[in-house]
Amino acid sequence: MSRFNLNNSYKAVVIGGSAGSFQGITKILAQLPKTFPLPIIMCLHRLKHVRNGFVEALSIKSVFPVVEPHDKEQIKKGGVYLAPSNYHMSVELGNYFAMSTEEMVNNSRPAIDITLSTAAYVYREKLIGILLSGANRDGGLGMKHIKDRGGLTIVQEPTECMIDTMPRAALSLTKIDYVLKTDEIVSLMNELDKLYR
Amino acid sequence: MITDIDINDLKRITELIHTRHGYDFRNYAMSSFKRRILRILELKNLTIESLIKRLNDSPTFINEFLDELTVNVTEMFRDPGFWRALRDEIIPDILLNHKTFNIWHAGCSSGEEVLSMAILLREMGIHNQVSLFATDLDVTILEKAKAISYPVKNMEINEKNYIRYEGKWSLRDYYKEENGKVIFDKGLLANVTFRRHDLVLGEVFNKFDLILCRNVMIYFNQALQNEVLKKFHASLFKYGYLAIGSKESLIWCDVANRFLVVNNEEKVYKKIKD
Repeated sequence: MSRFNLNNSYKAVVIGGSAGSFQGITKILAQLPKTFPLPIIMCLHRLKHVRNGFVEALSIKSVFPVVEPHDKEQIKKGGVYLAPSNYHMSVELGNYFAMSTEEMVNNSRPAIDITLSTAAYVYREKLIGILLSGANRDGGLGMKHIKDRGGLTIVQEPTECMIDTMPRAALSLTKIDYVLKTDEIVSLMNELDKLYR
Repeated sequence: MITDIDINDLKRITELIHTRHGYDFRNYAMSSFKRRILRILELKNLTIESLIKRLNDSPTFINEFLDELTVNVTEMFRDPGFWRALRDEIIPDILLNHKTFNIWHAGCSSGEEVLSMAILLREMGIHNQVSLFATDLDVTILEKAKAISYPVKNMEINEKNYIRYEGKWSLRDYYKEENGKVIFDKGLLANVTFRRHDLVLGEVFNKFDLILCRNVMIYFNQALQNEVLKKFHASLFKYGYLAIGSKESLIWCDVANRFLVVNNEEKVYKKIKD
């Protein structure tokens, strides 16, 4: 009997993280089932002027290659996408990405709130949002938008986080369905995968 | 505070701007356009209805509106590797065949890339051999571009980019500081012509050896990107270069097979067919 209340109507998983999230995200990507049925859209805070290296570092252990999509690139099943440095990354109706160089949001570009909120708008209740360790409040509002549109919300257990400001911001702004350790997020992803077979 | 706008309201706004003011935002990318409108509502303390009323009633509000709507966040020497590629590969290649040549900065915003180019050309010793055209839709921002004066706080990123670009001198050699602002040497703009130009509705107005349009078309949908890329193709001499943003691509557009990728990392293309 599963402790998670999941279904097979989800269309995407969106993940936000900042300081202290690299280890967690690496673990999740390394233990994804090979048949994982949903695109994974990640917005992680990163150095603005360093364009190379991050996607390669994430790809090393990931089951799927991680890519930084181009503007207007279609979102595909099995795709693991990372917001590129110095661009905000939005999800558009029609299931593709759009980049922008607008003002920083929460001192960040890419801003997690933008990726999460636009994904919530497009996928509505068919979205799973995960917010990991981080040192500022970016992503909290995005998680609220996901919940308000009927999506599933998950944050990393604050006691496991290197810095828990980010998941706590989400917990204070909206109802979070599951507060999980990284290993439990991995289990949830595996259970989700089974529902699609 | 308004946190979301209905698509139908966005359509009402774009239709009104089109019929009343002659600007066409109907094919802009939806999510960023919506954020820009939300931002304007917040900045000017307006509702959708009061915004529509002002756009309809006030003949001068449109310029203020356009200045906030268009994204004017830019840096000098953004993507230093791109500027190194221009200096070390692209421009030397143009010089092989042309002693003098033309550059178009399409969507120049507050002018940071025009200024970067002027510095690059001066450091190459060819500043007087090149004519630069800098255009934007937004007349307010063009005035800022002409002033080449920026807040001191913007300079940190510009200085860092210039160092990564590996310029000859220090960026400080090109400006003086006054009252929290830096003012660049006006001589840098000696060969620059600024003019208002609308990429969406405007015609092809000249031919160029190099066009820079970086991170402008990201605000357009694919259909509009396709149309604008046709205009860029028509505005380039054969074997001229087009540079777009590092996360833009023209791989899927109609004119793709008339260009050759010369630098995939920095997104520089060469026109090889008319």
